[in-house]
Amino acid sequence: MPAGLFRALLTVAGAVAAIVVAIAISSVAILAAGASPMQAFAAFFDFGETERSVVNGIATMLNRSVPLFIAGLAVAIGFRMNLFNIGVEGQYKIAAVCAAYVGSLFVAPAPIQILVIIVVAAAVGGLYALIPAVMKVTRGVNEVISTIMLNYIAIQLAAFLVRGPFTGQRTEGQLTTNTPLLPESAWFPNLNVLFEMFGLPAPRGGGLWGFLVVAILLGVGLWVLLERTRFGFDVKASGLNPSAALASGVNPKKMVISAMVLSGAIAGLIGLPEILGDKHTFGSNFTPGLGFLGIAVALLGRNKPAGIAVAALLFGFLDRAQGPLQFASVPPSVIMIMQGAIVLLVVIANEITSRIAMRREERRAAQQLGRNTPVEVAA
Amino acid sequence: MSSDPLAAARPAVELAGITKRFPGVVANHDVCLTVEPGTVHAIVGENGAGKSTLMKILYGMQQPDEGTIKVNGQEVTFRTPSDAIAAGIGMVHQHFMLADNFTVLENIVLGAEPGQFGILDTRQARERIKALAAGHGLQVGPDRLVEDLGVGDRQRVEILKVLYRGARILILDEPTAVLVPQEVDELFETLRELKAGGLTVIFISHKLDEVLNIADAITVIRRGTTVASVDPREVTARQLAELMVGSELPTPETRESTVTDTVMLKVSGLTMEADGHRPIPKGASVSAYADRLRAEGRRLLLDDVSFEIHQGEILGIAGVEGNGQSELIEAIMGMRPAHGDLALGGEDIASWSTLKRRESGIGYIPEDRHRQGLLLEASLWENRVLGHQTRPPARSGIWINRRASKADTERIVKDYDVRTPSVDTLALALSGGNQQKLIVGREMSSEPTFLIAAHPTRGVDVGAQAAIWDHLRNARAAGLAVLLISADLDELIGLSDTLHVIYKGRLVARLDPSDVTPERLGGYMTGAITGTEET
Amino acid sequence: MTTVASTKVRKYHLALIGVALLILLMSLVRIMSGANDITSSGTFAAALMLAVPIGLAGLGGLWAERAGVVNIGLEGMMVLGTWFAGWAGYQWGAMAALLAGLIAGALGGLIHAIATVTFGVDHIISGVAINLLGPGVTRFLSEVLYKEGTGAGEAGAGITTSPALKSEAPEISLPLLSSGPDWLGSLERTHWFLLSDVAGILRGLTHGVDVLVILAVLLLPLTFFVLWHTAFGLRLRSAGENPWAAESLGVNVPLIKYVAVVISGAFAGLGGVFLVFVSTKYVEGQTGGRGFIGLAAMIFGNWRPGGLAAGAALFGYADGLQLRSSGAVTSFLLFGAALLVIYIGIKLRGMLASGQPAEAVTRGAREYTLMAAAAAGSIVLIWLWLTVDKLPDEFVNVTPHVLTLLVLLVASQRLRMPKADGVRYRRGEQH
Repeated sequence: MPAGLFRALLTVAGAVAAIVVAIAISSVAILAAGASPMQAFAAFFDFGETERSVVNGIATMLNRSVPLFIAGLAVAIGFRMNLFNIGVEGQYKIAAVCAAYVGSLFVAPAPIQILVIIVVAAAVGGLYALIPAVMKVTRGVNEVISTIMLNYIAIQLAAFLVRGPFTGQRTEGQLTTNTPLLPESAWFPNLNVLFEMFGLPAPRGGGLWGFLVVAILLGVGLWVLLERTRFGFDVKASGLNPSAALASGVNPKKMVISAMVLSGAIAGLIGLPEILGDKHTFGSNFTPGLGFLGIAVALLGRNKPAGIAVAALLFGFLDRAQGPLQFASVPPSVIMIMQGAIVLLVVIANEITSRIAMRREERRAAQQLGRNTPVEVAA
Repeated sequence: MSSDPLAAARPAVELAGITKRFPGVVANHDVCLTVEPGTVHAIVGENGAGKSTLMKILYGMQQPDEGTIKVNGQEVTFRTPSDAIAAGIGMVHQHFMLADNFTVLENIVLGAEPGQFGILDTRQARERIKALAAGHGLQVGPDRLVEDLGVGDRQRVEILKVLYRGARILILDEPTAVLVPQEVDELFETLRELKAGGLTVIFISHKLDEVLNIADAITVIRRGTTVASVDPREVTARQLAELMVGSELPTPETRESTVTDTVMLKVSGLTMEADGHRPIPKGASVSAYADRLRAEGRRLLLDDVSFEIHQGEILGIAGVEGNGQSELIEAIMGMRPAHGDLALGGEDIASWSTLKRRESGIGYIPEDRHRQGLLLEASLWENRVLGHQTRPPARSGIWINRRASKADTERIVKDYDVRTPSVDTLALALSGGNQQKLIVGREMSSEPTFLIAAHPTRGVDVGAQAAIWDHLRNARAAGLAVLLISADLDELIGLSDTLHVIYKGRLVARLDPSDVTPERLGGYMTGAITGTEET
Repeated sequence: MTTVASTKVRKYHLALIGVALLILLMSLVRIMSGANDITSSGTFAAALMLAVPIGLAGLGGLWAERAGVVNIGLEGMMVLGTWFAGWAGYQWGAMAALLAGLIAGALGGLIHAIATVTFGVDHIISGVAINLLGPGVTRFLSEVLYKEGTGAGEAGAGITTSPALKSEAPEISLPLLSSGPDWLGSLERTHWFLLSDVAGILRGLTHGVDVLVILAVLLLPLTFFVLWHTAFGLRLRSAGENPWAAESLGVNVPLIKYVAVVISGAFAGLGGVFLVFVSTKYVEGQTGGRGFIGLAAMIFGNWRPGGLAAGAALFGYADGLQLRSSGAVTSFLLFGAALLVIYIGIKLRGMLASGQPAEAVTRGAREYTLMAAAAAGSIVLIWLWLTVDKLPDEFVNVTPHVLTLLVLLVASQRLRMPKADGVRYRRGEQH
C-alpha cells in the first residue's frame, strides 16, 4: 500500500474511532439525564415527515455548515504554520459589524454592492488580524495571548458600535439593537433552485444561502494555494520547522504577517452568509461562538480544506438536531458535549495515528534497506 | 595504573547477550562486556555502531529485549534511571543535561534533594558540593547560574551531579567531543583521580588516541555488537581502527592546491552585538563603532571579523563551540543582522535577504541538520525544494513544480548514494548519514559559487563521511569557495587550504594547515596561545 | 552571593517605594477629580473580592507553566468550578461549594494532563477543546438538573442560574481599626489628603473579609514556598526548564506534570468558586473570560508569584472600581496623564544629566518621538477627562485586556518564561 494512502486511511480510521467514543460518552450523559440514547440518535436523523420539513432540515444544516467551514479555513491557515489565531472570533465580529454598516450606506447594482461588502469584511478582518501579527514580529508577543485579549476587545467594540455610532432604526418593542437594514441589492440570491430542480418545495425563511457557492470557491482556492504554490510550501516549511525555513530563505516575519492577515481576511467573511443571506443586518443577537467552533472544525478537519468541509458538515448536522432533541426530551446541549468530546478525542487520535504512520514509515525504510546496509541507528 | 590487584574482585559491570531492537533495526545484538572495578574502561566504535544505545540500556533509559545486566555481581533490572542511580551508576551525557535557568546547586541536587519533610536544605547541599568539588578538583561556584558557565565548567557540573548521588560507576558518553585538547587533559586528570578513589569509569569515544591515553581496557563495538576486547598496551591505533570499521579509516586529505586568485567572498569588519542589533550612527565607520562598543564594555559575538575566500579554496574556521561560529554563519546567510561589509563575487550583499543571497549562489550545509536542514515530517522531494523554492526546477511561476522536483530528487538519490525506498519517503525515516548526503546533494544541485559547510560530517557513519569529503574536494577542484566550520580538528587540518581560529568572536590566528598540530590549534582555540598572524 | 542578596533588598525597597508613589498619585487624582471611590474602602473591598478569582486562575497558570504545560484551558476549568460550586453550595453551603468547585476544576486539569502529557497533544489545542467542553458540560447539567419541575427549580434555579448558596463563609474584620470603633472608617470619611486614602485602602482590605478570601490570598506565599523551597517544587520547575535533564536524574517527569496540571485545574476551579461567592450563586457565563485574565496576570508577573499578585490586584482593582462607580473610572484618564507627565519628566532629566552628544545621535530621534507622543497623549487624556462624563461601559470592560496588550508590547522581551514551556515532551525522546 502506498504510504500516502495508508496515512489517509489511518487518519479516517482515527476520526471514526474518535466519533464512536464521543457517541458513547454522550450516550452515558443522555442516560444520566434520564432519556434514551436511541431516541436521541433517532432525533439526529429525524428530518420530519413531509418533503418540506426535510428540505428545511437540510437547508438549516447547510446554512449552519457554511460559516463553520469558512471559520475552519481561517483558523487552518494559521495552524498550518503553528500560528495560533485564536482571534477569529473577534475578527469576524468586528468585520461583520463594519461590513453590515458600510453596506447599508449606499445602493449599487447587486454584484457591486455585494462585492464591496465582501471586500470591506475581508479588509476589516485582515486589518484586525494585523495587530497581533505586528505585535509578534516587532515585539515578539505570543499570538495566543494577544488574540485572546483582542477577542474581548473586538466583542466589546462591536457591541459599542452597534449600540452607538452604527445603530439603525429600532422597531417598537424590539429588544436588540441593529445596524441599518441592507438595501435589497445586497441580498445574496439563495440556492433554493437546487431543491426545485428535484421537484422539492423551497425551504422556508431565507432558504439555502447562496454564500455556499462563495465558500466552496474559497475552499478550492485555498487548497490550491496551500498545496500547490510556493506560498503554500513556505507555509508548510514554516510550520514543520521554522529554523529550517529561515535558513532556506523564507522570511519568517513576512510569513507571519501574510498568514495572519489572510487568516483574518477569511475570518472577516464568516458573518456574511448570515448577513447577506438572511438577517440583512448585524444585531446584538448575532450568532456568537463561530470563531471558537471554527478552531474545533479546523482541528477535526486536520487543517485541510476537504477535511474541514466534512467537519463543518458534521457540526452542522449535529446543530440542526436542536429542535428534534427537545421533542425527544433530550437536553439539546448534549450537542455541545458531543462536539467538545469529538474535538478532544480527534486530536488525541491524530497524535496516535500520526505516530503509528511514522513508525511504519521508519520500519518500511529500514526493511527495504536492511538487506544491503549495516545497522545504523542514531540512538 | 594496573588493575591487577583488583582482578580478583567481582566485575563492576557485566553485560551478557544484550539485544535491543528498534522498529525495523537492531541497535544492539548479543553484546557482552565485562568492566573490572577501579578501572577506566573504554568502549569504542564509529558513529551509529550502537554505543549510545548500549549505555542508555545500562543507565535504565531503555530496556533491553534480551540479555542480563550484572552490577557488582548482582543481576539487576533497570526500569528507569532511578534504578540505575540506586545501583550506583551515574551518567554524563554527551549533550549536557542541565537546566540553564537553574543554579549549579539546583542542577546537582535535582532528584536527590537533601532536607526534611521535602523542604530543601540548601546549606547542607552547598557544603556537600563544596566538599565533593574540593575532593576531586572540580571547582565550580554552587550558586552560579548554569547559563553563565562555559563548556568545561558545565561538564564539571555533570560529573559533580553523578558523584553527588554517590555513584561508584561513571558512564561518560563522548565526553571529549566538545572539549579542546587542554580541557581534555584536565578531564583525564580528573578521571585518574576518580580511579585512584576506587571508582569505575566507562568511557565512550571514537577518538582512538584519547582512548589509548586513558583506558585500562578497551571494548570495540561494530554494527551493534562487541567484536573485541583488547589491552591498550598491546594494540596500536591502526589496529584499533581496523577493528572498529572492519577496514582502514578514511583520512580527510586534500591533494594539490586548487586555490585561484579570484576572490569569491570578501568579509570585512563583520561585527555583531550580543544585546541586540542597533544601527550604526550616521557617518561613523564600522570599526569606529566597534571600538566604541568595546570601550562601553558591551559583549560582541563577532568582533571585527575579516577574511577572503578564493575560488577553489577551502577556508577552515577552528574554534571551541560558542565562540561566534554560529553567528558568523547567520551573518553571512543574512539570518541575523550584523555590521560590516560582505561581498560575493565583487557584489555587495550586506543588505540582501537570505533568499536573495541563496539565489545568487550561496549554498549552506547547516550545523544541525535536524534543526536547520530538513523538514523531518515531509517527503524527500519536498526537502529537495527547501531552500530552492524560488529557482527551477522546483518552481515554475507561482507554482511548485512537483514533477521536476521529484525527478531532480531521483538524480540526487542516485548521484549521492542516498539510501531510501523512494523520494516520497519522509525524511525522518532516513539514517543520519543518508540525510546528510541528501542535504549535500541539494546544496550542490544549484551549482553554488560559495558554500558554507558547518560540521558536514557530524554524526554520520564512516562511509558517508568519506563520500561527503569526496564531494567537497571535487567541488573545490571545480572552483567552489568553501567556508568549513568544524569541531573535528583532523577534518579541518586535512581539508582546509587556509585555517583561521576564532576565539570570543575574533579571528585570533591564521595558520597553515600543512604544519600545524591539533595541540597547537587547541592552544589558539582556548586563548592559551596569543599573538596573531603566523606563517 | 552578596550581590544577589543586595539586589533582592533593592528590588523589595523599590517595590515599596513604587506602592507609596502610586498611593500618593491616586490620592492626588482623587482630590483633583473629587471621585472619592478611587480609594474608598468599598472599592478596595470589591477589588479584593474580584482579584482573588483572577489571582487563583493565575496561580493555576503558574503551576502548570512552571511544569512546562501551557494551560489556556483555565477558562473552561473555571467554568466547571463555578457550576459545581453553585450546585453543591445551594444544597450544603459554602464549604461544600469550595470542595466541589475545587474537584471539578481538578478534573478539568486531569483531562488536560491526559491529552498533553500522555498523548502529546499540542497544549494550545487541548486547552481550546477544554474551553469548548467546559461550557458544554455545565449547560447540559443545568438543563438536566435545573429544569422546571425539579427540586432545584423550585429553589430558584433556572437554565442559566443555580439557587442561592445555602450559607456563606464567615467574615471577619480587624478589631478596633475596621470594626467596632472603626477608626479607619472614620478617618476615611474625613477625605483628607493621603491619610484618608491610606485608611480607605487598609479598611477595604480588613473590614468584613471573608475567611476563605484570606485563605486564598495565603495560597500565594504558599505557592512560592512550595515551588522555590521544596524538593517537589525544584522537580516541578525542572520539568518546565529541562524535562530531559530531570528524567535523566530519575525524576518522574510525567507524574510531576500530571500533578502540576491537576493542581492548576484545582486552582482555576477555586477561582470559579470565589466568583460564585461574589454573586452568591452560579450564573452562566459569570467567568467572563477571567481564566484568560488570570493567564494574562501570570504573564504580566513574569511567571513569578509576586508579579502575578500585582497583576491580579491591578485587574481586580479595575473591575472593582467599575463596579462601585463607573463615573470614577474617568478619573483614570487624569491618572494616565499624570503618569505620562512623570515619564516625560524622568526622560528630560536623564537627557539633561547625560548630555552626551553620542547618546543623542544614536537614540535621539526615537526618544524625541516617544516623548512627543507621550506629551500628546497626556494632553488628549486631560481633554477627555474634562469633556467625558462617563465612558461607555464597553470601553471600561476592556481595560484589563488593553492593559495586558500594552504590558506585552512594552515588556515582552524582558519576560522569561520557563524554557521548555509548551514543548511536547515524551519520555526518552530528546528534543
